[in-house]
Amino acid sequence: MSIFGEVPLAAPVAVFKLSADFREDQNPNKVNLGVGAYRTDECQPWVLPVVRKVEKMIVDDHSLNHEYLPILGLPEFRSSASKIALGEDSPAIKDNRVGAVQCLGGTGALKIGAEFLRRWYNGTDNTKTPIYVSAPTWENHNAVFSNAGFEDIRPYKYWDAGKRGLDLTGFLGDLESAPDHSIFVLHACAHNPTGTDPTQDQWKQIADVMKRKNLFAFFDSAYQGFASGNLDKDAWSIRYFVSQGFELFCAQSFSKNFGLYNERVGNLTVVAKDQDNLSRVLSQMEKIVRITWSNPPSQGARLVAITLNTPELFAEWKDNVKTMADRVLLMRAQLKEKLKTLGTPGTWEHITEQIGMFSFTGLNPKQVEYMIKEKHVYLMASGRINMCGLTSKNIDYVAESIHEAVTTVQ
Amino acid sequence: MALLKTNKLISSVGSLTPSLAALPIRASSWWTEVQMGPPDPILGVTEAFKRDSNSKKMNLGVGAYRDDNGKPYVLNCVRKAEALIASKMLDKEYLPIGGLGDFSKACAELALGVDSEVLKSKRSITVQTISGTGSLRIGANFLSRFHLAAKDVYLPKPSWGNHTPIFRDGGMQLKAYRYYDSATCGFDFTGALDDISQIPEHSVIMLHACAHNPTGVDPRPEQWKELSAVIKKRKLLVFFDMAYQGFASGDINRDAWAVRYFIEQGHNVLLSQSFAKNMGLYGERVGGFTVVCADAEEAKRVESQLKILIRPIYSNPPMNGARIASTILTTPELRSTWLEEVKGMADRIIKMREMLVTNLKNEGSTHNWQHVTEQIGMFCFTGLKPDQVERLTKEFSVYMTKDGRISVAGVTSGNVGYLAHAIHQVTK
Repeated sequence: MSIFGEVPLAAPVAVFKLSADFREDQNPNKVNLGVGAYRTDECQPWVLPVVRKVEKMIVDDHSLNHEYLPILGLPEFRSSASKIALGEDSPAIKDNRVGAVQCLGGTGALKIGAEFLRRWYNGTDNTKTPIYVSAPTWENHNAVFSNAGFEDIRPYKYWDAGKRGLDLTGFLGDLESAPDHSIFVLHACAHNPTGTDPTQDQWKQIADVMKRKNLFAFFDSAYQGFASGNLDKDAWSIRYFVSQGFELFCAQSFSKNFGLYNERVGNLTVVAKDQDNLSRVLSQMEKIVRITWSNPPSQGARLVAITLNTPELFAEWKDNVKTMADRVLLMRAQLKEKLKTLGTPGTWEHITEQIGMFSFTGLNPKQVEYMIKEKHVYLMASGRINMCGLTSKNIDYVAESIHEAVTTVQ
Repeated sequence: MALLKTNKLISSVGSLTPSLAALPIRASSWWTEVQMGPPDPILGVTEAFKRDSNSKKMNLGVGAYRDDNGKPYVLNCVRKAEALIASKMLDKEYLPIGGLGDFSKACAELALGVDSEVLKSKRSITVQTISGTGSLRIGANFLSRFHLAAKDVYLPKPSWGNHTPIFRDGGMQLKAYRYYDSATCGFDFTGALDDISQIPEHSVIMLHACAHNPTGVDPRPEQWKELSAVIKKRKLLVFFDMAYQGFASGDINRDAWAVRYFIEQGHNVLLSQSFAKNMGLYGERVGGFTVVCADAEEAKRVESQLKILIRPIYSNPPMNGARIASTILTTPELRSTWLEEVKGMADRIIKMREMLVTNLKNEGSTHNWQHVTEQIGMFCFTGLKPDQVERLTKEFSVYMTKDGRISVAGVTSGNVGYLAHAIHQVTK
């Protein structure tokens, strides 16, 4: 009799199952529009040239060792990463009220932020404090917050399937009706999975309601630079909230914009009212880190810190980021053109209006199934495609497949 | 609500001190009620050490290996592995949730032995974790969710300070069994057996596989055998923490003996491994968590649940350290270099223990310092009392934790004489 005799087999995470199925598919025309990682026009992973350069620098530098980082992480990484999010000239940074925790990717940053909020946000037991996540949102948001002990995770209206855009009225309505002090997870840019972001004006409206109702802003920033190709533009929403006096958290990921997926490079930026509050917050986050992973991994943070803090490397990085963003923009433009040329029913403006890695095509589950089973084009059941999976060689096939799916499957 | 409390505070301060009320009151913060977290006791030792200007100062709090010049040591096999990996120009795609397959396999083989029946029948699952801490954390979360028969984890008294908060936060309750005998500075074998024989069935018992932290006191093989029998009788779930394989005796097989013996005796153990010390990969966060199951089918179910636990914490683990470790373990010349180097580290520690005892005798100390050489691994429970520790720090700038624990890694042939002198002064 095993103690684990009753452990049930858990369902695999959908996005990874999709990739596994893709790998096993023998069809020569297969296309993977599933997992969110950048691909070149040859459909290959791309290690940024600046990353290769800095990696070599690190390996060749024998004065470096593998000693433990401080619990909160590499100082020069934390500060430069926060500067990237908030801006070099951020008044909040000048006021010494910005701090950060180096974390294991964006997920890790969300985790530490969530664990802290559950313990300390509004009183010392926030298990009942509502957490609002967009409908839809990245599938792991729910699990991060519920595993941190939050019992009340609710959707806020976001995606309007009918008009294939932002449901601002619904969003603002949910903000208004949320209990005061609720926590809202906001996508800083390049919303995952819809690719639909509020405009600056819309962000202002959102911030107004949040300020009035004392709602907490927890930004998830996984695509800074990757969305528009411009770091400052992609961070506008975060900076606006800071300028409006919000105390906030921003979970940053360097997985996509540095292509450092497997080195787990993330940063939880904390903006507080003043340095005293900031230091108490960080001291409690340190305790949480200590019982989760003790201290974070060195390699990725070192690499990012060197790059961000060395002018020529920083410039090269921005250039590499723009290369990725531009290719995505090109694929968006071409896909839309091809669908229009084919006369595919429906409007396809959303393909170029949406931003970042993902596009919510609007395909329904049956059409998605058709795409996968009949055309061997793999995408998420939600209709989400990763634009990076498109190349000049497969874009015609994908456009034709979408056309077939839409015209033959209701 | 936090904001209301703050407003009350502000108005009361205003009435007591009119001048303060005149100051601009900033809008209150979300974090006003957040208490300052207590300083980490071990970090505190290092902070104080850094501030000390005495040229003879010694930091014996550090839990990281130092060479005979007191410097961090990057193993040659690590440098070679890194160069090899860099030359391969690998991509940086996400690892699976359970980590690098090559690493998990090599990690399991290292602990269990390549001929292990468990590995042959595929009835275990090993996932890559964020070093030892991350491994224990996943283990704690797994137990909390799936080990419904009991909520108690029994730790040896004393144990690594971080064990308690990790298991508690993971949802388990902590209890203890007698372990360290301060009278002998050795193993309280009878006390341990006595306590363990009374542990309620199905409870979890934590065992340090080798080089017990913080005491350096390990059971002898015959004692392990008796412990195994009692634990089996009580139907306890064994959780091994192995952070020093190879680093303790210098022999990886000898250091894993207890784990392998228990498995042979039918205990389906949980196991945490760390490569921080034995490969010097501290900051790269390399570790493994293993569950030995009844059969391959159960192992698959357990694996699926471990992934569900891992994903909302950090999605998938970091590549760099795991790739280095796996390269070393699976490349014959690198593996043999590693075995030599880990033995070198262990030997230096053993030598420092011997030199400390010799020097203490030469200083004229009449105390019994046998435990210094009988204990094993990085740490030594000297038996010094808090007031003696304080004197060591204040008068001699020798820094250690209040419990009298020293990290032998901080001792060198250059400073062992000074240390012996200082210890003798406070104990004579």
